[in-house]
Amino acid sequence: MPKRTDIQSVLVIGSGPIVIGQAAEFDYSGTQACRVLRAEGLRVILVNSNPATIMTDPEIADATYVEPITPEFVEKIIAKERPDVLLPTLGGQTALNTAISMHEQGVLAKYGVELIGANVEAINKGEDRDLFKGVVEAVREKIGHGESARSVICHTMDDVLKGVDTLGGYPVVVRPSFTMGGAGSGFAHDEDELRRIAGQGLTLSPTTEVLLEESILGWKEYELELMRDKNDNVVVVCSIENFDPMGVHTGDSITVAPAMTLTDREYQRLRDIGIAIIREVGVDTGGCNIQFAVNPEDGRIIVIEMNPRVSRSSALASKATGFPIAKIAAKLAVGYTLDEIPNDITEKTPASFEPTLDYVVVKAPRFAFEKFPSADSTLTTTMKSVGEAMAIGRNFTEALQKALRSLEKKGSQFTFVGEPGDKAELLREAVRPTDGRINAVMQAIRAGATPEEVFESTKIDPWFVDQLFLIKEIADELAAADKLDPELLADAKRHGFSDAQIAEIRGLREDVVREVRHALGVRPVYKTVDTCAAEFAARTPYFYSSYDEETEVASREKPAVIILGSGPNRIGQGIEFDYSCVHASFALSDAGYETVMVNCNPETVSTDYDTSDRLYFEPLTLEDVLEIVHAEQQAGPVAGVVVQLGGQTPLGLSQALKDNGVPIVGTSPEAIHAAEDRGAFGRVLAEAGLPAPKHGTATTFAEAKAIADEIGYPVLVRPSYVLGGRGMEIVYDETRLSSYIAESTEISPSRPVLVDRFLDDAIEIDVDALYDGEELYLGGVMEHIEEAGIHSGDSACALPPITLGGFDIKRLRASTEAIAKGVGVRGLINIQFAMAGDILYVLEANPRASRTVPFTSKATAVPLAKAAARISLGATVAELRAEGLLPANGDGGTLPFDAPISVKEAVMPWSRFRDIHGRGVDTVLGPEMRSTGEVMGIDSVFGTAYAKSQAGAYGPLPTKGRAFISVANRDKRSMIFPARELVAHGFELMATSGTAEVLKRNGINATIVRKQSEGEGPNGEKTIVQLIHDGEVDLIVNTPYGTGGRLDGYEIRTAAVARSVPCLTTVQALAAAVQGIDALNHGDVGVRSLQEHAEHLTAARD
Amino acid sequence: MTTSTQGNASQKEKALPAVLVLEDGRVFHGRSYGAVGETFGEAVFSTGMTGYQETLTDPSYHRQVVVMTAPHVGNTGVNDEDPESQRIWVAGYVVRDPARVSSNWRSRRSLDEELRNQGVVGISGIDTRALTRHLRERGAMRVGIFSGNALPDAGTMLAEVRQAPEMKGANLAAEVATKETYVVPAIGTKKFTVAAVDLGIKGMTPHRMAERGIEVHVLPATATAEEIYAVNPDGVFFSNGPGDPATADGPVAVMKEVLARKTPLFGICFGNQILGRALGFGTYKLKYGHRGINQPVQDRTTGKVEVTAHNHGFAVDAPLDEVSQTPYGRAEVSHVCLNDNVVEGLQLLDQPAFSVQYHPEAAAGPHDAAYLFDRFVSLMEGQRA
Repeated sequence: MPKRTDIQSVLVIGSGPIVIGQAAEFDYSGTQACRVLRAEGLRVILVNSNPATIMTDPEIADATYVEPITPEFVEKIIAKERPDVLLPTLGGQTALNTAISMHEQGVLAKYGVELIGANVEAINKGEDRDLFKGVVEAVREKIGHGESARSVICHTMDDVLKGVDTLGGYPVVVRPSFTMGGAGSGFAHDEDELRRIAGQGLTLSPTTEVLLEESILGWKEYELELMRDKNDNVVVVCSIENFDPMGVHTGDSITVAPAMTLTDREYQRLRDIGIAIIREVGVDTGGCNIQFAVNPEDGRIIVIEMNPRVSRSSALASKATGFPIAKIAAKLAVGYTLDEIPNDITEKTPASFEPTLDYVVVKAPRFAFEKFPSADSTLTTTMKSVGEAMAIGRNFTEALQKALRSLEKKGSQFTFVGEPGDKAELLREAVRPTDGRINAVMQAIRAGATPEEVFESTKIDPWFVDQLFLIKEIADELAAADKLDPELLADAKRHGFSDAQIAEIRGLREDVVREVRHALGVRPVYKTVDTCAAEFAARTPYFYSSYDEETEVASREKPAVIILGSGPNRIGQGIEFDYSCVHASFALSDAGYETVMVNCNPETVSTDYDTSDRLYFEPLTLEDVLEIVHAEQQAGPVAGVVVQLGGQTPLGLSQALKDNGVPIVGTSPEAIHAAEDRGAFGRVLAEAGLPAPKHGTATTFAEAKAIADEIGYPVLVRPSYVLGGRGMEIVYDETRLSSYIAESTEISPSRPVLVDRFLDDAIEIDVDALYDGEELYLGGVMEHIEEAGIHSGDSACALPPITLGGFDIKRLRASTEAIAKGVGVRGLINIQFAMAGDILYVLEANPRASRTVPFTSKATAVPLAKAAARISLGATVAELRAEGLLPANGDGGTLPFDAPISVKEAVMPWSRFRDIHGRGVDTVLGPEMRSTGEVMGIDSVFGTAYAKSQAGAYGPLPTKGRAFISVANRDKRSMIFPARELVAHGFELMATSGTAEVLKRNGINATIVRKQSEGEGPNGEKTIVQLIHDGEVDLIVNTPYGTGGRLDGYEIRTAAVARSVPCLTTVQALAAAVQGIDALNHGDVGVRSLQEHAEHLTAARD
Repeated sequence: MTTSTQGNASQKEKALPAVLVLEDGRVFHGRSYGAVGETFGEAVFSTGMTGYQETLTDPSYHRQVVVMTAPHVGNTGVNDEDPESQRIWVAGYVVRDPARVSSNWRSRRSLDEELRNQGVVGISGIDTRALTRHLRERGAMRVGIFSGNALPDAGTMLAEVRQAPEMKGANLAAEVATKETYVVPAIGTKKFTVAAVDLGIKGMTPHRMAERGIEVHVLPATATAEEIYAVNPDGVFFSNGPGDPATADGPVAVMKEVLARKTPLFGICFGNQILGRALGFGTYKLKYGHRGINQPVQDRTTGKVEVTAHNHGFAVDAPLDEVSQTPYGRAEVSHVCLNDNVVEGLQLLDQPAFSVQYHPEAAAGPHDAAYLFDRFVSLMEGQRA
């Protein structure tokens, strides 16, 4: 039966900002879905507040609303667009929760919008713990298999405490209902832990509900990805086995596809249960993910949970198998059945089959604990990883070692030199699941641990343990061999050893190993991911490397451009870079090139086999990239490699690639060096006559002290060559400078510490620009809301700049052009300036696509990354203007007078992390970036745009109620006017004594509340922290008194996070918020699609 | 066809060199796996990612050298519950990465040990994907595996492969079937008696019937109609099995008698081909066959798609979109493989008989098609009523 004919328009809800547990995978899913729906001739209306997504590109949907994903805003969009149906299953938990909430409020009924892809009853059955238990029970009655862990549902702390007795004591698992990525769940081993975890869980759960259940720690963990169509045809797309046994969130586990340690009987039992569950829950059409625990002693199966929607795992399963779950889910939702949909990869067979793999896929998580030094690094059932890498190999060892090197993190690869350490100590260490536990296990094996001992400590399945022993045995052979003969080398490569690892073991240089290997003719071949284990011919060139016999790379005629992606998402290098890479691929394909994408991040659009002409799912290391370049050069002409769009990862490879004879297009490696190297960049600035803050470089404390003494405290210190402000800090005195140098482990003469004068109270400005060697195209100028000193990635900003005038723009343009020319940029450059007094300082320049490119592109309706890719390959700004890719005249510095204002706001992951005592981590912003994602608010005036950005990032700003204010002395002056405004809007102010005094003297009344340190008052007066916890505070303004160490206000800020109360930590943010509140109170905040904005901009430009 | 020189190689000998030679001259070099020696057969690939124990013991693989496309084989060892018959039937076994340890609570011994104990010669460490692609493009063909320290020269090996018998025209059912009739008792209350003609039956098939209250009398491949009706069957079943259906004149003749008596009839795999022939359709050899547990089959009577286990190199040649007139009334194609439109099931419209080309008993494979056993039960119930 073909598609439904009664649907003309569909509303798709995206997943909003990237947060831990809900990342780029939903951009991948949503983009696929929108494209499919449009191809079906439907009008697609999209809402997503995240500008860094491909799905919010204006050509992906018919009407794209970059608006907050809240029921209020989505209702406005529905009222305006009147879609026939709403597809809520592709935007993660955010989309699902928003849709359910609108259903419950009667909004969908009011506008006659039908939910497709999932019905409310099914969503509730899948998501509500109690209902789901009933589902599992019903399935057990029908097919005789599957059960739930014994558990109790609790709504109060009393229920929780009683529940433990019912379950037979500790440990117990706590799981809050309706939270994403398992937020708030964890293991409680005693009452203290239970009170803490369950307390937070009750708060986090929108239904104030947690589930306590028996512990199944150490069991084997599996996942199945299923799809069902309206005719009740069901297929299992993929099975996934977790390397880390139960107890670690699947998002934080190393996972393997297909399942490695199940017999057919056991696998079919999981399949039977999975199918029975999807039927019982009543997922009409679409995908779902079901998680199982299997007792390794006797095979008892417990069904852990299901997600009645496209999930992180389904994105992984799609990449792992070549079966595009989101795309198929969208088709099923509009009425197709599985047998009517062709398999893209074979083109000849239908989608109603189950993919079979002739390779092994390993996914490894990427963590960011270094950004949160006080956070407890133990992995639990709450997801904490910020990204992931996937690798494909022809066996497990190859895939595992490729995945570990794809993580691109020091120490992520196995090392086999040096003393492993004490066996008993290492085994003890391996008991606690952490980032890198697998490395501890490998060291324990090197130290002489037996397979039984490793299993005892970790409960990692003996088959996996043996694979680690296999890797270690190969390393031993490599170490013991007289020379590297072809057979040994080939064997090591077959088990995934990198040239770097072999070099380390043999005491050679990596390039020497590579030379030897090439001389011996040991090179990888490239195999195809084809869904069918070669049973049918594949039409889609989706490749992975393996040291096997036969390569499947076909020759080609057209010149190829190889685009290097950005690898696993991490704080500071996320989806924004993938966005630029995808745009480059589209633009270069349009320009007649064969595009070849290289990346190892399964969450992304770039690793969709549809995005580029060829996809290599490979690690982004020098070795792996060189082999791909070689393979492509064998296949046909290669025009060059694009390194400037994927962030620091490809940029770091550019010089070495060039040294190996690989053509780099765009900005040259030498020019990149000129921008990154302090000395060289200083000369560029001096020649252009541009000032930079006083600075120096140091490799010792003495040198650093001398510089700081000369330029004066505070100083900004940071290591060189980092992204995301890693290790950057504002240092106020010598004592801290000394400890900073002592703590920095990576300082060396080639990697000195940079010491800059810190510009207090400066306005920070970001510029994105294109340069072709002749002409500058100023992409956009962003004015930061927060002062300089807060990492640009964590700072809110506005475009066009809200307080800069024409003269300032002129100066910025001139400086940008001078730097772009001086450095030698061909493509994109991002420059950060600080305006202090009337002086425009240059803080830094990055000759590459920046994090803000997608935001700038969307705010100005110009595809900067596409233009950059074209310039890299020789097009000029003038040509691109003539072609229409860039506006015919004007640029991002000359936006029309009534151009809309776009505000970008960063989203922080505070609620994910706890210290080892279970307390939250501090939320103060600083020079080190810690945000995971961003949202954009767009409207005609700043206040409304800012209010939208806040609603998108954290939830709506309050328009009335109680505001608590406590600010540092230096902020007291600037606080007065915004505070008065708050009162004018009807807010009741609360303040600590010092702040209240200042307010009082300025004629503003504020109730004095007790500080946390003062404790509860004699008459039971609560402290501010208690008031926040009791929900009596609606807005918090709390600026810190310094940085580093435990700060006053810590308890206030962590309480704000726990209770989700808006908390402003700079006065600039307060001023912006007041404008936002003002806009909200004047009512009538409308919605407008990007297409409408663009039309307006274009019209004004002509 | 297997000659094993060493039934029980030590760890060290396991790593002996081995060579796989195809009849068209392509050669793969690997290491020995299982028994050391030489073996010949028809090279076929199986795409199942689980169920190697069931595959190895499936009599339909008699005289075939099975190439596993899944790279890791042997991870869960060998247990005593999962075999589909009393022994391993494959003529040779080709894997990429054999397990070094077994991990499963039911495992009794390693697969390597089992292969050696049963004298099955295998090869490991070759590019199984390249071999699979070769077979896909050129079709199933004869193959030899040679392992050990003293291998014949290339020319000799190829000549030996080319001397091995071909699958086309092979009559093998009798070689694998039971010699004596045996009875699989019904589980619970007995409702029906079925006479099952063993052409290479898998253990799960009578089990699936027994679960439905059927007492199954498993008869040798050479069973006559008299022998079948001697058990007073409510229904007759023809099993799967190896070889070319064009040679199965004996079973075809027997089936015709069953059809003439209108006894409820069910056939699986080889049984489907025999029904095809009994109805007057031809059979033909597929280029490289269907072997895997992920094949989409559409039940044309309901429109539903089931994911099914397949193991067949031959298929029935019947018109897909029309009802055929046969000596036993109207017949139609009830099931079709959506990948390539191969006939996967037949049914008579005027009397109780049907068959499928694939494996509703699964083992290994999904249970989606288990309803077919219920259909067989309904036919028998219908006949009784």
